[in-house]
Amino acid sequence: MTESSANKLLNGDACRRTSSGQKASKNGFVKNHCLFQQPQKYRCPGEKNQHGAHNSSLYKRPFVESFEQTPLLVAVLTYVGYGILTIFGYLRDFLRHWNIGKCTMAREREEQKDFVPLYQDFENFYTRNLYMRIRDNWNRPICSVPGAKMNLVERVSPDYNWTFQHTGNVVQDVINMGSYNYLGFAENTGACADAAVEVTQKYGVGVGSTRCELGNLDIHEELEQLVARFLGVESAMTFGMGFATNSMNIPALTGKGCLILSDELNHASLVLGARLSGSTIRVFKHNNMQSLEKLLRDAIVHGQPRTHRPWRKILILVEGIYSMEGSIVRLPEVIALKKRYKAYVYLDEAHSIGALGSNGKGVVDYFGLDPTDVDVMMGTFTKSFGGAGGYIGGRKELIDYLRQHSHSALYATSMPPPVAQQIITSMKIIMGEDGTTLGADRLRQLSENTTYFRRKLCEMGVIIYGNSDSPVVPVMLYMPAKIGAFGREMLKRNIGTVVVGFPATPIIESRARFCISAAHTREMLDTVLEAMNEVGDLLQLKYSRRERAPPPIRWTSEESQLQD
Amino acid sequence: MEYLAWLYYQYLLVTGIYVLEPWEKSIFNSVLFSAVAMVIYTSYVFVPIHVRLALEFFSAICGGQPESTMALMN
Repeated sequence: MTESSANKLLNGDACRRTSSGQKASKNGFVKNHCLFQQPQKYRCPGEKNQHGAHNSSLYKRPFVESFEQTPLLVAVLTYVGYGILTIFGYLRDFLRHWNIGKCTMAREREEQKDFVPLYQDFENFYTRNLYMRIRDNWNRPICSVPGAKMNLVERVSPDYNWTFQHTGNVVQDVINMGSYNYLGFAENTGACADAAVEVTQKYGVGVGSTRCELGNLDIHEELEQLVARFLGVESAMTFGMGFATNSMNIPALTGKGCLILSDELNHASLVLGARLSGSTIRVFKHNNMQSLEKLLRDAIVHGQPRTHRPWRKILILVEGIYSMEGSIVRLPEVIALKKRYKAYVYLDEAHSIGALGSNGKGVVDYFGLDPTDVDVMMGTFTKSFGGAGGYIGGRKELIDYLRQHSHSALYATSMPPPVAQQIITSMKIIMGEDGTTLGADRLRQLSENTTYFRRKLCEMGVIIYGNSDSPVVPVMLYMPAKIGAFGREMLKRNIGTVVVGFPATPIIESRARFCISAAHTREMLDTVLEAMNEVGDLLQLKYSRRERAPPPIRWTSEESQLQD
Repeated sequence: MEYLAWLYYQYLLVTGIYVLEPWEKSIFNSVLFSAVAMVIYTSYVFVPIHVRLALEFFSAICGGQPESTMALMN
């Protein structure tokens, strides 16, 4: 059944292959059976990945994703900047070693001098000498609901970020461009908050037991049934922590003798889960289906190393929206590959659930695919639903198995009832079961905001990464000093942003990340864009070398599609 | 003046010394300044001599070859 459907799906697309000097592979299997075109040797000079061209027959809507290449001069200057900072880092370490200047960082005790050094690897060096200098951009305390606007606790540092003191003042009404509040459900008023209060009065907040003991409330059962209905899968189960959903369930699914194919930019929770499972892990290039197919073919042909037994299971780990790149997984191609090579797919919809698709049902809905084609649907309630925790959806056998074998089902305390109620209410609003169009309005608002914001940034000439429909918008900063300067300048203009640098990104690709929310009004976005324009001029962030006219195509048509 | 301030800000950002403490900034600036000053000074002192020598060398190759061989033979 899978064979035929895969072939049907790929009608006429299967055997398009460049005959341009591809070497026959070692064991000479027939190259013509490749599902997707093998990698082209010649890329467009301007773009790192020219997406959207191949296998377009699998997509019902245009798939536009761009990763503009780093300009050479910028890359060189970035390295020079890191070089200078590293030299000064060594200078400071040298001074600290001779006790010139105060050292507030952890260091080896005198009696442990001859032990293996604890604080001398590169990451410690980086934290001590680079991160510390711009630490004021992170861990800022918030003292209100992190909705579209928030209040920040003002803090000052008398000693260049080694310590902080709260002045007692509050920075009022900072526009929040950093929370993963895609549908704006992080609220302290409204239907969700009221329902949560009500449930708190009924059940209290803590549960004090695990799901398999005395922590299984009727509200959890209700939540799971609702999640299954929302996703369109047979069964679902929920967990109190999103990170643990990944890191504890993957080890339950695969083990020794299994193969995990993981995207190179997968989240730390997936990476941790894969490592804990003890399976062999192979990594394919980000969103690169040729790379994935090659790994799959090699895995099937060669089997396990040394013994050459076939792999017991092959699990493909992908995410819906990659949170640092803003790209959307090429799911139709992943599913076609999975069907053809009989692998399993584990889809992490942490960011995409609620944020993508005309019904807010994530990346499956966005591409118009059948949710039963994805074997394991994982997602979190932390982002779009304004709650906490995660879920796994899939076939009934899978869920029953996980209930017995997953550590986060057996050992973790179950979800607090108010959180469960928040998720139930927000999910019902998204599904339109509360009898209003509030959910649909929010979904439309989010997609409008996303297209508007992305288009304006593109016009401005900054380099933004990712898919044109993704509400995660990374703006490239590159240089280490600009990470700090950007965060500070934006906060001066009363806008809270998230700036990201190494180790979350490659060392030269530091970026600022905007997360668009349905709670943002057009005025707020305009304020942000205006500030962004100013800061972009001040910091010289307008690196983009593409023609300023952004792709205005499809904008209107996409919007109309989402409206219905 | 404003342009100069902007230019200095860009210099801070590109070199990365924006994040440094003031005394580190002044160290970097003085090292860079002295390096640039030395480059300028050495070029002022030595470039004219090198140019003159080079000119002599090339004129010797191009123009004065018979003379020099004569001189050698003598």
